[in-house]
Amino acid sequence: MRKSLNILLVGVGGQGTILATRVLAKAAQEAGYDIKVSEIKGMAQRGGSVVTQVRLGEKVYSPLIAEGSADVILAFEKMEALRWLPYLKQDGHIIINDQAIAPVPVLTGAAVYPEDCLERVKQLACHTMVVDALNIAVDCGNPKAANVVLMGMLAKRLPITKETWLKALKARVPERFIDVNLKAFEQGFNL
Amino acid sequence: MKELLSGNAAIARGAFEAGITVAAGYPGTPSTEILENFAKYPDIYAQWSPNEKVALEVGAGASIAGARVLVTMKHVGVNVAADPLFTLSYTGVNGGLILISADDPGMHSSQNEQDNRFYALMNKIPCLEPSDSQEAKDMVAQGLEISEQFDTPVMLRLTTRVSHSQSFVEIEEPGPKNIRPYTKDPLKYVMVPAYGRLRRIFLEERTAQLKAYSENCPLNFIEWGDRNVGVITSGISYHYIKEALPNASVLKLGFTHPLPENLIKEFAAGVERLVVVEELEPFLELQIKALGLTVHGKDLLPSYGELSASIIARSLAPLGGIAVAEEYLAQPEVIAASETPLPGRPPVMCAGCPHRGVFYTLQKNKLVVSGDIGCYTLGSMSPLNAMDTCICMGASIGAALGMEKANPDMARRTVAVIGDSTFLHSGVTGLIDVVYNGGTSTVLILDNRTTAMTGHQENPATGSTLMGKPAPEVDLEALVRAIGVKRVRTVDPLNLKELDQAVKEETAAMEPSVIVVRRPCALLKKAITSEPAEVNKEICINCGICLKLGCPAISRQEDKAPPHVTAIQCNGCGLCLQVCPKGALVKRGEENA
Ligand code: SF4
Ligand code: SF4
Repeated sequence: MRKSLNILLVGVGGQGTILATRVLAKAAQEAGYDIKVSEIKGMAQRGGSVVTQVRLGEKVYSPLIAEGSADVILAFEKMEALRWLPYLKQDGHIIINDQAIAPVPVLTGAAVYPEDCLERVKQLACHTMVVDALNIAVDCGNPKAANVVLMGMLAKRLPITKETWLKALKARVPERFIDVNLKAFEQGFNL
Repeated sequence: MKELLSGNAAIARGAFEAGITVAAGYPGTPSTEILENFAKYPDIYAQWSPNEKVALEVGAGASIAGARVLVTMKHVGVNVAADPLFTLSYTGVNGGLILISADDPGMHSSQNEQDNRFYALMNKIPCLEPSDSQEAKDMVAQGLEISEQFDTPVMLRLTTRVSHSQSFVEIEEPGPKNIRPYTKDPLKYVMVPAYGRLRRIFLEERTAQLKAYSENCPLNFIEWGDRNVGVITSGISYHYIKEALPNASVLKLGFTHPLPENLIKEFAAGVERLVVVEELEPFLELQIKALGLTVHGKDLLPSYGELSASIIARSLAPLGGIAVAEEYLAQPEVIAASETPLPGRPPVMCAGCPHRGVFYTLQKNKLVVSGDIGCYTLGSMSPLNAMDTCICMGASIGAALGMEKANPDMARRTVAVIGDSTFLHSGVTGLIDVVYNGGTSTVLILDNRTTAMTGHQENPATGSTLMGKPAPEVDLEALVRAIGVKRVRTVDPLNLKELDQAVKEETAAMEPSVIVVRRPCALLKKAITSEPAEVNKEICINCGICLKLGCPAISRQEDKAPPHVTAIQCNGCGLCLQVCPKGALVKRGEENA
């Protein structure tokens, strides 16, 4: 029987979490999992937090991940990593994009960005991986592929074959961006 | 073939497969994507209406004319459409009609929380509640059958988690699209009192028939398990129960109005104790109690917000005698991330948003702002803090009139602020009231050429339709003049001086006035962008005035450092250039100009 897996993707609007979710769901479907995805879309504006919950398993009922039960958290922004840490299982993995996006209260000086958030996550979680996905994506030819670098890192840690991932990526990424994205995926996968 | 679809996409697919040919609605989270998806299918017609009432009336007409019909809206939209709905229940249908009510427990994107199943009860119409995407799709076809068999509109009630969660759906071939013949039948379709009274009796007969149907309807079923505790549930809660109480006996209700009373009694007789698990109001619970049964429900569970497997597990565990899944029961060993709360990440007006200058100006003039619903409601947030009320779609104008009637002193310092789509939805009537009843209100119509907040839908002022066809644009200035407003002017919100002058003059005028503030939403393709701004650090005196605009592109990189513009975020709207008292903000490449 397949072990069920809870994956939480957290980030900021406009960071490409939606495409990442679609690739993940496609790969899981190809691999024969039952899947539930829950996405709360707020208003149209950019800049709000975005949280996507993905659950895979033999048979999945609830689309929601409870506190303390995410196997993997994929954080596209580092303060969001700290914010969602309570959802991580004690022995879960957290993959963090080393990027800070200041929210409005910070921009206006009403709050302070926690500069030490990476250190705090590292102290608290037992499996933390930090990556500068943006720079890697720039090296691959497009900063927008940062989400796919992170996908590659996630892929390495899930029981789904690399071939299946590549197939899913090809199915979900527009033709003209596929080369950059394949490169970005490879880079993430090999980290 | 199986596809992973959101509840909303599944409804659209279901409508296509079941031969629906006419669909109408008004955008509103979490319902919007239903029509957006449906409009992409071939050989159908779909439209945005100016508001939900008109959408349901279009649906009523299409049904009477013989088509199968889909009408979509969010929960508060049903309040607007309630008038036709109550009488549509009397006339019944010709082609089947499904009304989608997408409720928002937890208020992810709404001004209130309401349980619209009570509308089904009050209207005496069937209510269906899917719990995942497959059920959502199937219930469209089943709902149409029920609608046509029993001559009634059918409410398909979604919640945010069903609308926006994705799960597998079996994709099937579309069936035939049959248009039923129309026959004139005034006794059925002309609801004058004499005919209405006849239909009133029909409603009682229909309800009795629907009750009988509900007893054997496959949407209602029992899963026997541990007989100690039996759970009656509907909607998304069913999935939470399957996780939290995997062994419990469950009566899953998909057809929740009218209720299958005998089935409920049979279930009650088969278990020691009964619990009703439902989100929001005790809709099922009250009716089950009325049957004389003893049940637990809202004595244990919250009647606001969303439920979850954990909430259910922890609320029901004290009952005892029920096997609760350990993983949901135990307060998990949570990694306490932070003793001090982290800075929140609320939504903000985009960089270059045309609304920003408006609220900056209103705040500067210390006006009372009667607000409305749209992206511009964000003008109420810090640092702009420029909104005093926000109640419902279209309320801004009537409320401004009420303020000045109550307190004439407020007349010269109150403005109503409303978007283009919201004005056409239900602001027009408020403005007619202002003119008719001698108000002096100043109304700012923020025309950003789209319905932005729900994701940029077309509306009657945008010049195009849901199906991508060109359409005549409502001429807002001509419309308000025709209502009787004499002082009408149009300004560009990126010109702060002009805007400030317009606001000062129009609020001073002792007659109704309208300022059409026109500039496309910064996220639209037609939005004009130019070179990003930058701060000339040599001139900047670090006064922080530009930060008061709340533009996400302007920030201090470090505490007390002079403001900085993040070039990739800035769209060059030029507002900050206008507020800087020293001219330190300049367009890139123009420092020396
Ligand atoms: S989506 Fe458009 S209207 Fe809404 S905040 Fe952004 S720029 Fe403004
Ligand atoms: S020009 Fe100034 S106010 Fe406009 S988007 Fe750029 S930084 Fe923001």
